[in-house]
Amino acid sequence: MTSLPSSSAAPAVAKLTAAAAADPAAEAEADAYERTHVHGVYQAIASHFSATRHKPWPGVASFLQAQHPASIGLDVGCGNGKYLGVSPSVFMLGSDRSSALVALARSRTAHPDEPATPQGAIKTRGEAATTGAAAPATATPTADTNANAPAQGGRSSTSDVLVADGLSLPFRNEGVDFAICVAVIHHLSTRARRQDAIRQLLRCVKTREAASGHVLVYVWALEQGNSRRGWEEGGEQDLLVPWVLKSQTRTPKTKAPRGPKTSKDTPSGGEPPSPTASADAAGAGGVGQPDPVFKRFYHLYRQGELEEDRDNWWVVAANDAPISRREK
Amino acid sequence: MKLLTLNFLSCAVKTCKTSPLSFPLHPKDAELAKDDVEPNPDLLTNILPRLDWSALRTTAAELGFPDLPETAPSPEELVEGGKTVQDLHELLMETQIVEGKLVCGCCGHEYAVREGIANFLLPSHLV
Ligand SMILES: [Zn+2]
Repeated sequence: MTSLPSSSAAPAVAKLTAAAAADPAAEAEADAYERTHVHGVYQAIASHFSATRHKPWPGVASFLQAQHPASIGLDVGCGNGKYLGVSPSVFMLGSDRSSALVALARSRTAHPDEPATPQGAIKTRGEAATTGAAAPATATPTADTNANAPAQGGRSSTSDVLVADGLSLPFRNEGVDFAICVAVIHHLSTRARRQDAIRQLLRCVKTREAASGHVLVYVWALEQGNSRRGWEEGGEQDLLVPWVLKSQTRTPKTKAPRGPKTSKDTPSGGEPPSPTASADAAGAGGVGQPDPVFKRFYHLYRQGELEEDRDNWWVVAANDAPISRREK
Repeated sequence: MKLLTLNFLSCAVKTCKTSPLSFPLHPKDAELAKDDVEPNPDLLTNILPRLDWSALRTTAAELGFPDLPETAPSPEELVEGGKTVQDLHELLMETQIVEGKLVCGCCGHEYAVREGIANFLLPSHLV
Protein backbone atom coordinates (compact mmCIF):
# COMPACT_ATOMS: atom_id res chain seq x y z
CA MET A 1 0.00 0.00 0.00
CA THR A 2 1.65 3.12 -1.06
CA SER A 3 -0.58 6.09 -1.18
CA LEU A 4 0.50 7.68 2.05
CA PRO A 5 2.69 10.62 1.14
CA SER A 6 6.45 10.34 1.36
CA SER A 7 8.19 12.87 3.54
CA SER A 8 11.47 14.61 3.01
CA ALA A 9 14.65 13.18 4.43
CA ALA A 10 16.77 15.92 2.93
CA PRO A 11 17.55 17.80 6.17
CA ALA A 12 18.61 14.58 7.86
CA VAL A 13 20.82 13.60 4.92
CA ALA A 14 22.40 17.05 4.77
CA LYS A 15 23.25 16.76 8.44
CA LEU A 16 24.73 13.26 8.06
CA THR A 17 26.77 14.25 5.04
CA ALA A 18 28.13 17.35 6.73
CA ALA A 19 28.96 15.41 9.86
CA ALA A 20 30.81 12.75 7.88
CA ALA A 21 32.74 15.37 5.95
CA ALA A 22 33.88 17.02 9.15
CA ASP A 23 34.78 13.80 10.91
CA PRO A 24 35.01 10.36 9.36
CA ALA A 25 34.07 8.85 12.69
CA ALA A 26 30.65 10.43 12.27
CA GLU A 27 29.93 7.53 9.94
CA ALA A 28 28.31 6.03 12.99
CA GLU A 29 25.56 8.63 12.75
CA ALA A 30 24.64 7.57 9.23
CA ASP A 31 24.74 3.99 10.39
CA ALA A 32 22.39 4.79 13.25
CA TYR A 33 20.06 6.67 10.93
CA GLU A 34 19.83 3.65 8.63
CA ARG A 35 19.31 1.39 11.59
CA THR A 36 16.21 3.37 12.42
CA HIS A 37 14.90 4.07 8.96
CA VAL A 38 15.94 0.93 7.10
CA HIS A 39 17.13 -2.02 9.15
CA GLY A 40 14.70 -1.59 12.00
CA VAL A 41 11.85 -1.27 9.56
CA TYR A 42 12.74 -4.42 7.66
CA GLN A 43 13.13 -6.38 10.87
CA ALA A 44 9.66 -5.25 11.90
CA ILE A 45 7.91 -5.76 8.59
CA ALA A 46 9.88 -8.82 7.43
CA SER A 47 7.10 -11.35 7.16
CA HIS A 48 4.61 -8.90 5.67
CA PHE A 49 7.24 -7.62 3.28
CA SER A 50 8.21 -11.15 2.34
CA ALA A 51 4.62 -12.12 1.69
CA THR A 52 4.48 -9.44 -0.97
CA ARG A 53 7.77 -10.37 -2.58
CA HIS A 54 7.60 -13.56 -4.55
CA LYS A 55 8.13 -12.85 -8.19
CA PRO A 56 11.61 -12.09 -9.41
CA TRP A 57 11.92 -9.03 -11.58
CA PRO A 58 12.35 -10.28 -15.13
CA GLY A 59 15.48 -8.21 -15.74
CA VAL A 60 17.18 -9.77 -12.76
CA ALA A 61 15.96 -13.26 -13.56
CA SER A 62 17.29 -13.12 -17.09
CA PHE A 63 20.63 -11.84 -15.82
CA LEU A 64 20.83 -14.84 -13.47
CA GLN A 65 19.77 -17.29 -16.11
CA ALA A 66 22.41 -15.93 -18.48
CA GLN A 67 25.23 -16.68 -16.06
CA HIS A 68 27.61 -19.48 -16.87
CA PRO A 69 26.33 -22.76 -15.47
CA ALA A 70 27.82 -23.66 -12.12
CA SER A 71 29.22 -20.24 -11.53
CA ILE A 72 28.99 -18.80 -8.05
CA GLY A 73 27.14 -15.57 -7.37
CA LEU A 74 26.29 -13.22 -4.55
CA ASP A 75 22.91 -11.72 -3.83
CA VAL A 76 23.67 -8.81 -1.52
CA GLY A 77 20.47 -7.71 0.17
CA CYS A 78 18.79 -10.97 -0.73
CA GLY A 79 15.73 -10.26 1.40
CA ASN A 80 13.51 -13.32 1.52
CA GLY A 81 15.71 -15.05 -1.03
CA LYS A 82 13.45 -14.80 -4.02
CA TYR A 83 16.40 -14.74 -6.43
CA LEU A 84 18.34 -17.59 -4.86
CA GLY A 85 16.59 -20.34 -6.77
CA VAL A 86 15.95 -18.56 -10.04
CA SER A 87 18.76 -20.33 -11.82
CA PRO A 88 19.34 -23.79 -10.35
CA SER A 89 22.53 -24.21 -12.34
CA VAL A 90 24.41 -21.53 -10.37
CA PHE A 91 25.31 -21.50 -6.71
CA MET A 92 24.04 -18.39 -4.92
CA LEU A 93 25.30 -16.93 -1.67
CA GLY A 94 22.71 -14.57 -0.26
CA SER A 95 23.31 -11.98 2.43
CA ASP A 96 21.05 -9.48 4.09
CA ARG A 97 21.31 -7.00 6.93
CA SER A 98 18.03 -8.25 8.36
CA SER A 99 18.31 -11.51 10.30
CA ALA A 100 14.51 -11.82 10.13
CA LEU A 101 14.60 -11.79 6.33
CA VAL A 102 17.56 -14.16 6.18
CA ALA A 103 15.69 -16.63 8.39
CA LEU A 104 12.79 -16.43 5.96
CA ALA A 105 15.15 -16.93 3.03
CA ARG A 106 16.65 -19.99 4.67
CA SER A 107 13.33 -21.65 5.33
CA ARG A 108 12.18 -20.70 1.86
CA THR A 109 15.16 -22.26 0.12
CA ALA A 110 14.82 -25.30 2.32
CA HIS A 111 11.24 -25.76 1.28
CA PRO A 112 11.01 -24.59 -2.29
CA ASP A 113 7.61 -26.13 -2.75
CA GLU A 114 5.96 -23.72 -0.38
CA PRO A 115 3.47 -21.49 -2.08
CA ALA A 116 4.46 -18.41 -3.93
CA THR A 117 1.18 -16.96 -4.90
CA PRO A 118 1.29 -13.32 -5.76
CA GLN A 119 -1.64 -11.96 -7.62
CA GLY A 120 -0.92 -11.26 -11.21
CA ALA A 121 2.40 -10.69 -12.81
CA ILE A 122 4.88 -8.10 -11.74
CA LYS A 123 5.98 -6.08 -14.64
CA THR A 124 8.96 -3.89 -14.96
CA ARG A 125 8.83 -0.58 -16.61
CA GLY A 126 11.41 1.15 -18.70
CA GLU A 127 13.85 -1.71 -18.66
CA ALA A 128 17.31 -0.21 -18.93
CA ALA A 129 19.41 -3.32 -18.72
CA THR A 130 22.79 -3.16 -20.34
CA THR A 131 24.37 -6.34 -19.29
CA GLY A 132 26.99 -7.08 -21.84
CA ALA A 133 27.09 -10.72 -22.69
CA ALA A 134 24.42 -11.47 -20.17
CA ALA A 135 20.73 -10.82 -20.12
CA PRO A 136 19.04 -11.26 -23.44
CA ALA A 137 16.84 -8.37 -24.36
CA THR A 138 13.75 -10.43 -23.98
CA ALA A 139 13.17 -10.80 -20.31
CA THR A 140 12.07 -14.23 -19.35
CA PRO A 141 9.00 -14.49 -17.22
CA THR A 142 9.77 -16.59 -14.22
CA ALA A 143 6.47 -17.79 -12.98
CA ASP A 144 7.92 -21.26 -12.79
CA THR A 145 10.78 -20.28 -10.53
CA ASN A 146 9.70 -22.53 -7.75
CA ALA A 147 9.25 -25.42 -10.09
CA ASN A 148 12.90 -25.01 -10.96
CA ALA A 149 14.08 -24.97 -7.42
CA PRO A 150 16.05 -28.05 -6.54
CA ALA A 151 16.24 -30.18 -3.47
CA GLN A 152 13.20 -32.14 -2.66
CA GLY A 153 12.98 -32.61 1.03
CA GLY A 154 16.51 -31.54 1.79
CA ARG A 155 18.02 -28.11 1.74
CA SER A 156 18.67 -26.41 -1.51
CA SER A 157 21.91 -27.58 -2.98
CA THR A 158 22.36 -24.34 -4.83
CA SER A 159 22.18 -21.57 -2.26
CA ASP A 160 23.17 -20.54 1.21
CA VAL A 161 22.38 -17.45 3.26
CA LEU A 162 23.97 -15.36 5.98
CA VAL A 163 23.52 -12.08 7.82
CA ALA A 164 25.87 -9.28 6.80
CA ASP A 165 26.04 -5.55 6.25
CA GLY A 166 26.53 -4.50 2.64
CA LEU A 167 29.28 -2.12 3.71
CA SER A 168 31.17 -4.84 5.59
CA LEU A 169 30.71 -7.90 3.45
CA PRO A 170 32.42 -11.08 4.69
CA PHE A 171 33.19 -12.46 1.24
CA ARG A 172 36.81 -12.93 0.25
CA ASN A 173 38.27 -10.80 -2.52
CA GLU A 174 37.47 -11.82 -6.07
CA GLY A 175 35.99 -15.09 -4.92
CA VAL A 176 32.77 -15.22 -6.90
CA ASP A 177 31.80 -14.92 -10.54
CA PHE A 178 29.07 -12.34 -10.31
CA ALA A 179 26.90 -10.38 -7.91
CA ILE A 180 23.45 -8.90 -7.86
CA CYS A 181 22.21 -6.16 -5.58
CA VAL A 182 18.58 -5.41 -6.15
CA ALA A 183 16.72 -2.53 -4.54
CA VAL A 184 19.27 -2.16 -1.77
CA ILE A 185 21.77 0.62 -2.36
CA HIS A 186 19.10 3.31 -2.44
CA HIS A 187 18.58 2.62 1.27
CA LEU A 188 21.99 4.05 2.15
CA SER A 189 21.76 7.59 3.37
CA THR A 190 24.87 9.31 2.01
CA ARG A 191 26.50 9.24 -1.37
CA ALA A 192 29.81 8.15 0.10
CA ARG A 193 28.12 5.10 1.58
CA ARG A 194 26.33 4.27 -1.66
CA GLN A 195 29.60 4.44 -3.55
CA ASP A 196 31.27 2.32 -0.92
CA ALA A 197 28.54 -0.31 -1.26
CA ILE A 198 29.25 -0.55 -4.99
CA ARG A 199 32.99 -0.82 -4.33
CA GLN A 200 32.27 -3.67 -1.92
CA LEU A 201 30.36 -5.57 -4.59
CA LEU A 202 33.16 -5.10 -7.08
CA ARG A 203 35.74 -6.28 -4.59
CA CYS A 204 34.01 -9.64 -4.29
CA VAL A 205 33.81 -10.60 -7.96
CA LYS A 206 36.49 -12.05 -10.15
CA THR A 207 38.12 -9.74 -12.63
CA ARG A 208 40.16 -12.10 -14.71
CA GLU A 209 37.68 -14.19 -16.55
CA ALA A 210 35.92 -12.47 -19.37
CA ALA A 211 32.76 -14.43 -18.78
CA SER A 212 32.39 -13.30 -15.21
CA GLY A 213 32.83 -10.29 -13.02
CA HIS A 214 29.41 -8.86 -13.70
CA VAL A 215 27.62 -6.90 -11.06
CA LEU A 216 23.97 -6.09 -11.49
CA VAL A 217 22.66 -3.18 -9.47
CA TYR A 218 19.05 -2.06 -9.39
CA VAL A 219 17.92 1.09 -7.64
CA TRP A 220 14.74 3.10 -7.50
CA ALA A 221 14.54 5.90 -9.99
CA LEU A 222 13.56 9.46 -9.41
CA GLU A 223 12.06 9.92 -12.84
CA GLN A 224 8.76 8.15 -12.72
CA GLY A 225 6.38 10.27 -14.67
CA ASN A 226 3.36 8.10 -14.08
CA SER A 227 4.08 7.27 -10.48
CA ARG A 228 1.20 7.81 -8.12
CA ARG A 229 3.73 9.30 -5.77
CA GLY A 230 4.51 12.03 -8.21
CA TRP A 231 8.23 11.40 -8.32
CA GLU A 232 9.74 13.11 -11.29
CA GLU A 233 12.80 14.79 -12.67
CA GLY A 234 14.06 17.63 -10.50
CA GLY A 235 12.16 16.36 -7.48
CA GLU A 236 13.54 15.62 -4.10
CA GLN A 237 15.77 12.56 -3.97
CA ASP A 238 16.03 11.78 -0.27
CA LEU A 239 12.73 10.62 1.10
CA LEU A 240 11.04 8.67 3.82
CA VAL A 241 8.57 6.34 2.19
CA PRO A 242 5.82 4.86 4.32
CA TRP A 243 5.13 1.16 4.66
CA VAL A 244 1.81 0.26 6.19
CA LEU A 245 2.20 -2.94 8.14
CA LYS A 246 -0.99 -4.77 7.44
CA SER A 247 -2.24 -6.76 10.34
CA GLN A 248 -1.52 -10.43 9.85
CA THR A 249 -4.67 -11.46 11.62
CA ARG A 250 -7.12 -9.59 9.47
CA THR A 251 -7.95 -10.18 5.88
CA PRO A 252 -6.56 -7.37 3.80
CA LYS A 253 -9.07 -4.70 3.06
CA THR A 254 -9.43 -3.46 -0.43
CA LYS A 255 -12.04 -1.32 -2.00
CA ALA A 256 -12.51 -3.75 -4.80
CA PRO A 257 -15.36 -6.16 -4.33
CA ARG A 258 -14.41 -9.78 -3.89
CA GLY A 259 -15.48 -11.79 -6.82
CA PRO A 260 -14.41 -13.10 -10.12
CA LYS A 261 -13.49 -9.74 -11.48
CA THR A 262 -10.85 -8.55 -9.06
CA SER A 263 -7.19 -8.24 -9.59
CA LYS A 264 -6.79 -11.15 -11.91
CA ASP A 265 -8.40 -9.19 -14.67
CA THR A 266 -6.48 -6.04 -14.13
CA PRO A 267 -3.17 -5.70 -15.86
CA SER A 268 -1.29 -4.74 -12.77
CA GLY A 269 -2.30 -7.61 -10.58
CA GLY A 270 -0.68 -7.03 -7.25
CA GLU A 271 -1.35 -3.35 -7.20
CA PRO A 272 -3.88 -2.04 -4.76
CA PRO A 273 -7.08 -1.25 -6.59
CA SER A 274 -7.22 2.36 -5.56
CA PRO A 275 -5.25 4.85 -3.57
CA THR A 276 -7.98 5.14 -0.99
CA ALA A 277 -7.58 1.51 -0.07
CA SER A 278 -4.39 2.14 1.80
CA ALA A 279 -5.75 5.12 3.65
CA ASP A 280 -8.40 2.73 4.81
CA ALA A 281 -5.79 0.19 5.76
CA ALA A 282 -3.83 2.82 7.60
CA GLY A 283 -6.30 2.85 10.36
CA ALA A 284 -9.64 4.33 9.44
CA GLY A 285 -11.13 0.93 9.00
CA GLY A 286 -12.80 -0.26 12.08
CA VAL A 287 -11.31 -3.44 13.46
CA GLY A 288 -8.81 -3.21 16.28
CA GLN A 289 -5.70 -1.10 16.24
CA PRO A 290 -4.66 0.95 13.26
CA ASP A 291 -2.02 -0.69 11.15
CA PRO A 292 1.37 0.74 12.08
CA VAL A 293 3.18 2.79 9.51
CA PHE A 294 6.96 2.48 9.11
CA LYS A 295 9.01 5.04 7.25
CA ARG A 296 11.81 3.68 5.15
CA PHE A 297 14.61 5.86 3.89
CA TYR A 298 15.14 5.99 0.12
CA HIS A 299 17.56 7.84 -2.06
CA LEU A 300 15.94 8.03 -5.50
CA TYR A 301 18.59 7.98 -8.19
CA ARG A 302 18.33 10.61 -10.88
CA GLN A 303 19.17 9.62 -14.40
CA GLY A 304 22.91 9.16 -14.86
CA GLU A 305 23.73 9.19 -11.17
CA LEU A 306 24.32 5.47 -10.85
CA GLU A 307 26.77 5.56 -13.74
CA GLU A 308 28.64 8.38 -12.01
CA ASP A 309 28.93 6.29 -8.89
CA ARG A 310 30.35 3.25 -10.56
CA ASP A 311 33.94 2.35 -11.09
CA ASN A 312 34.94 1.36 -14.57
CA TRP A 313 33.71 -1.82 -16.10
CA TRP A 314 30.85 -3.16 -14.22
CA VAL A 315 27.42 -3.77 -15.51
CA VAL A 316 24.35 -1.90 -14.50
CA ALA A 317 20.75 -2.31 -15.16
CA ALA A 318 19.64 0.85 -13.51
CA ASN A 319 16.70 3.07 -12.98
CA ASP A 320 14.04 0.52 -13.33
CA ALA A 321 11.45 1.23 -10.77
CA PRO A 322 7.96 -0.08 -11.14
CA ILE A 323 7.12 1.17 -7.71
CA SER A 324 3.39 1.31 -8.01
CA ARG A 325 3.45 -2.20 -9.35
CA ARG A 326 5.67 -3.68 -6.75
CA GLU A 327 4.41 -2.12 -3.63
CA LYS A 328 1.45 -3.72 -2.08
CA MET B 1 25.82 -22.94 6.67
CA LYS B 2 27.50 -25.19 4.17
CA LEU B 3 31.24 -25.81 4.22
CA LEU B 4 31.23 -24.71 0.59
CA THR B 5 30.09 -21.29 1.75
CA LEU B 6 32.83 -21.09 4.35
CA ASN B 7 35.35 -21.36 1.51
CA PHE B 8 34.16 -17.99 0.21
CA LEU B 9 34.10 -16.14 3.52
CA SER B 10 36.69 -14.00 5.17
CA CYS B 11 36.52 -11.59 8.08
CA ALA B 12 34.04 -8.73 7.60
CA VAL B 13 36.40 -6.21 9.18
CA LYS B 14 37.85 -4.07 6.40
CA THR B 15 41.35 -3.89 7.77
CA CYS B 16 41.49 -7.70 7.91
CA LYS B 17 40.82 -8.13 4.20
CA THR B 18 44.44 -7.63 3.24
CA SER B 19 45.70 -10.14 5.76
CA PRO B 20 46.02 -13.78 4.70
CA LEU B 21 45.15 -14.64 8.29
CA SER B 22 41.55 -13.55 7.75
CA PHE B 23 40.85 -16.51 5.46
CA PRO B 24 39.64 -19.09 6.00
CA LEU B 25 37.69 -18.38 9.16
CA HIS B 26 38.20 -21.00 11.84
CA PRO B 27 35.23 -22.93 13.20
CA LYS B 28 35.02 -23.06 16.97
CA ASP B 29 32.67 -25.16 19.08
CA ALA B 30 31.07 -26.14 15.82
CA GLU B 31 28.03 -28.37 15.84
CA LEU B 32 27.67 -30.07 12.49
CA ALA B 33 24.70 -31.60 10.75
CA LYS B 34 24.41 -33.52 7.55
CA ASP B 35 21.62 -32.60 5.18
CA ASP B 36 20.25 -34.78 2.51
CA VAL B 37 21.03 -32.92 -0.68
CA GLU B 38 20.42 -34.18 -4.17
CA PRO B 39 23.84 -34.78 -5.78
CA ASN B 40 24.72 -32.46 -8.61
CA PRO B 41 28.03 -33.69 -10.07
CA ASP B 42 28.12 -31.02 -12.80
CA LEU B 43 27.81 -28.24 -10.31
CA LEU B 44 30.46 -29.83 -8.14
CA THR B 45 32.87 -30.25 -11.04
CA ASN B 46 32.46 -26.65 -12.08
CA ILE B 47 32.73 -25.29 -8.58
CA LEU B 48 35.99 -27.11 -7.93
CA PRO B 49 38.25 -24.63 -9.75
CA ARG B 50 36.58 -21.81 -7.78
CA LEU B 51 37.45 -23.31 -4.44
CA ASP B 52 40.49 -22.36 -2.47
CA TRP B 53 41.64 -25.95 -2.02
CA SER B 54 44.21 -25.27 0.62
CA ALA B 55 41.63 -23.40 2.71
CA LEU B 56 39.25 -26.30 2.29
CA ARG B 57 41.93 -28.69 3.56
CA THR B 58 42.41 -26.47 6.59
CA THR B 59 38.68 -26.38 7.27
CA ALA B 60 38.27 -30.14 6.88
CA ALA B 61 41.19 -30.78 9.22
CA GLU B 62 39.89 -28.34 11.82
CA LEU B 63 36.52 -30.04 11.80
CA GLY B 64 38.05 -33.48 12.16
CA PHE B 65 37.36 -34.82 8.69
CA PRO B 66 39.84 -37.22 7.08
CA ASP B 67 42.74 -35.45 5.39
CA LEU B 68 42.05 -34.19 1.92
CA PRO B 69 44.68 -34.73 -0.77
CA GLU B 70 47.19 -31.95 -1.18
CA THR B 71 45.87 -30.93 -4.53
CA ALA B 72 42.33 -30.72 -5.81
CA PRO B 73 41.14 -33.74 -7.75
CA SER B 74 41.36 -33.47 -11.50
CA PRO B 75 38.23 -33.53 -13.63
CA GLU B 76 39.10 -37.11 -14.62
CA GLU B 77 38.97 -38.18 -11.01
CA LEU B 78 35.50 -36.78 -10.65
CA VAL B 79 33.71 -39.56 -12.41
CA GLU B 80 30.05 -39.64 -11.73
CA GLY B 81 29.15 -42.04 -8.98
CA GLY B 82 32.79 -42.27 -7.92
CA LYS B 83 33.95 -42.01 -4.36
CA THR B 84 35.69 -38.66 -4.81
CA VAL B 85 32.53 -37.00 -6.06
CA GLN B 86 30.51 -38.53 -3.28
CA ASP B 87 33.00 -37.42 -0.62
CA LEU B 88 33.17 -33.89 -1.92
CA HIS B 89 29.41 -33.70 -2.21
CA GLU B 90 29.04 -34.73 1.40
CA LEU B 91 31.72 -32.36 2.58
CA LEU B 92 30.78 -29.25 0.61
CA MET B 93 27.06 -29.53 0.01
CA GLU B 94 25.62 -31.66 2.78
CA THR B 95 27.70 -30.75 5.80
CA GLN B 96 26.27 -27.80 7.66
CA ILE B 97 27.60 -25.81 10.58
CA VAL B 98 24.41 -25.32 12.55
CA GLU B 99 25.76 -23.84 15.76
CA GLY B 100 29.08 -22.44 16.84
CA LYS B 101 31.47 -19.66 15.98
CA LEU B 102 33.72 -18.61 13.14
CA VAL B 103 36.92 -16.97 14.28
CA CYS B 104 39.11 -14.56 12.34
CA GLY B 105 42.78 -15.48 12.56
CA CYS B 106 43.74 -11.84 12.10
CA CYS B 107 41.64 -9.83 14.56
CA GLY B 108 40.28 -12.68 16.63
CA HIS B 109 36.67 -11.60 16.24
CA GLU B 110 34.16 -14.42 16.63
CA TYR B 111 31.10 -14.57 14.43
CA ALA B 112 28.19 -16.55 15.77
CA VAL B 113 26.41 -19.27 13.82
CA ARG B 114 22.93 -20.02 15.06
CA GLU B 115 20.37 -22.31 13.52
CA GLY B 116 22.60 -22.64 10.50
CA ILE B 117 22.88 -18.91 9.88
CA ALA B 118 26.16 -17.08 10.37
CA ASN B 119 25.93 -13.49 11.50
CA PHE B 120 28.61 -11.08 10.27
CA LEU B 121 27.22 -7.85 11.66
CA LEU B 122 30.03 -6.06 13.44
CA PRO B 123 29.98 -4.21 16.74
CA SER B 124 30.36 -0.50 16.09
CA HIS B 125 34.00 -0.34 17.18
CA LEU B 126 34.97 -2.75 14.39
CA VAL B 127 33.00 -1.15 11.55
ZN1 LIG C 1 39.24 -10.04 11.37
